[in-house]
Amino acid sequence: MDQTAHGTTVHFGGDWVVDFGAELEHVIEDMEQIPRSVRLEFSHIGKMDTLGAWLIYKLLRNVEKEHGAIKYHGLSTDYQDLLVTIKENDNPAKSSPPRRNPVISLAEDIGFATLSILESFGQLLGFVGLVLVRFLGSFRDIKRIKWTALVFQIEQVGLRAMPIVGLIAFLIGAVIVNQGAVQLRQFGLEIFVADMLTVSQLRELGVLLTAIIVAGRSGSAFTAQIGSMVLNEEVAAMETIGINPIDVLVLPRVLALVPAMVILTLFADIMGLIGGGLMAWISLDISPAVFADRVQAALVVPTTYWVGLIKAPVFGVVIAISGCLEGLSVKGTAESVGRHTTKSVVQSIFLVIVLDAVFAVFFTAIDW
Amino acid sequence: MTETENREIVIKVRELHNRFGYQVVHDNLNIDVYRGEILGLVGGSGTGKSVLMKSIINLIQPQNGTIEIFGKNQAELGEEEKSKERRRFGVMFQDGALFSSLTVSQNIQVPLKEYFDLSKNLLHEIAALKISMVGLPALAGPKYPSELSGGMRKRAGLARALALDPEIVFLDEPTAGLDPIGASKFDRLIKQLKETLGLTVFLVTHDLDTLHAVCDRIAVLADNRVIVVGTIEELIEFDHPWVREYFCGARARAAGITG
Repeated sequence: MDQTAHGTTVHFGGDWVVDFGAELEHVIEDMEQIPRSVRLEFSHIGKMDTLGAWLIYKLLRNVEKEHGAIKYHGLSTDYQDLLVTIKENDNPAKSSPPRRNPVISLAEDIGFATLSILESFGQLLGFVGLVLVRFLGSFRDIKRIKWTALVFQIEQVGLRAMPIVGLIAFLIGAVIVNQGAVQLRQFGLEIFVADMLTVSQLRELGVLLTAIIVAGRSGSAFTAQIGSMVLNEEVAAMETIGINPIDVLVLPRVLALVPAMVILTLFADIMGLIGGGLMAWISLDISPAVFADRVQAALVVPTTYWVGLIKAPVFGVVIAISGCLEGLSVKGTAESVGRHTTKSVVQSIFLVIVLDAVFAVFFTAIDW
Repeated sequence: MTETENREIVIKVRELHNRFGYQVVHDNLNIDVYRGEILGLVGGSGTGKSVLMKSIINLIQPQNGTIEIFGKNQAELGEEEKSKERRRFGVMFQDGALFSSLTVSQNIQVPLKEYFDLSKNLLHEIAALKISMVGLPALAGPKYPSELSGGMRKRAGLARALALDPEIVFLDEPTAGLDPIGASKFDRLIKQLKETLGLTVFLVTHDLDTLHAVCDRIAVLADNRVIVVGTIEELIEFDHPWVREYFCGARARAAGITG
């Protein structure tokens, strides 16, 4: 800053570029209060980019607003043009969507969430109806069933899920025997671990565990596969060609998961009993023959076996339908695929457990 | 031609060789880009235009050959130098490639935040300035990419490419998918930004109108290399079946290039 007879001159020098953005901003902020009699001298400025030009423009604009026009000198014509461009584009835009009042937005969120739960329940019911109609219709027009896709899906969701389902059922069976024995030992009734395992594994655990694994493994895959096809507009393309996406994408998956769930549940039951039997043999000294005897005794009432297995196809349908529905509901971005995949897994596990409770009440009522 | 010979070369590609498996994309490819020009790259589908652009901006490592930007061999740069050099060019991808979880304004702030420690207020102001410079309305700032039309996404992508005031801008099919009015607006925008900001522009395009309206020189990619570089008038005279078909076809006549 110079004081001469003609008044004060402020000299600007150096490079006005983004590299020194933070410092330059401070310099400009400190200068906002200068009186209009000051002369601005720009001839020593080296380089200037849009950030530097923006700061200088802002200084000029703010000073002019307060005190009227201000004199400046020494800016090269190129940079004067840049200032003009900046001026033309002084057009403030917000960076983020407007903030809302927190209380109102909480109420709003609760309202929207409630509505969306009701809505997704309604959607699910509607979708079940739609799939059912297409399914029944395919009896009249057998060509509509895509056998190749069906077999492929059975392999994907059934055969390829066997190792993980088997392993988990095996381990859970072993754990139940191990933990159950600790409790039963207090009464000297260790031998009844076999009955306990048989009843709990066959009635509840086998099918429930299988359903949860399948929901996490295949339900999520359904949503992601169909969702990315929606993003790629493949589903729209199918419709324009006259192919019904329900026939091609949804029915094979739903129809595949029904037998797959039954077989996987059966497999999980067997593996659970094997795991439990092995644990009983190793840690409780109950020989496999005795264990098998107890298992058979527990199965004198065959309903124990059927109660678990009847639920399997129902759970399969629920998982497949909510997976496919969420996949078809994907909109817009890749992020949406992730959101709907989460939703499909959470929703199908929730529905499986709710249905399981309903079944439990029902079977108790009919004395099974 | 003598005029261009004295100008500074900012991108210099020599004997570039690119191959995927057995498929040769580029073989002995040479190209120069001069400071302050708009160079258009054309070529049939599958001739490796995008691969060339990605090689130059160092997203693909070529099998052979050297690529110099501002006289620096890109293959020999260390990590730190590389990120310093990257600041000097901006890239606009075909559909904008905006980060979908950020608003337009936040997208533009990403490169600024990555390199510099600027105040929030200044970041907002700079983003707003770039939004306006690429011809987007201020309302577009707080919007997410999924809420924008294709043309707006391209403009937002350009705004992000311009965030750091680069010296070179790479544009991948800037007008593809735009209606003719939107496309010609975009052409004018490129030309205007080049003039006000002194940019060097390397653009890949199929659009004859764009070539005609904005490009100083055009490079033609065919037979795995750049077969000719020149102004439209020079290319019309050039004797190669693809070039002939391209510049003297019905579409070229419609664009007012020939006939």
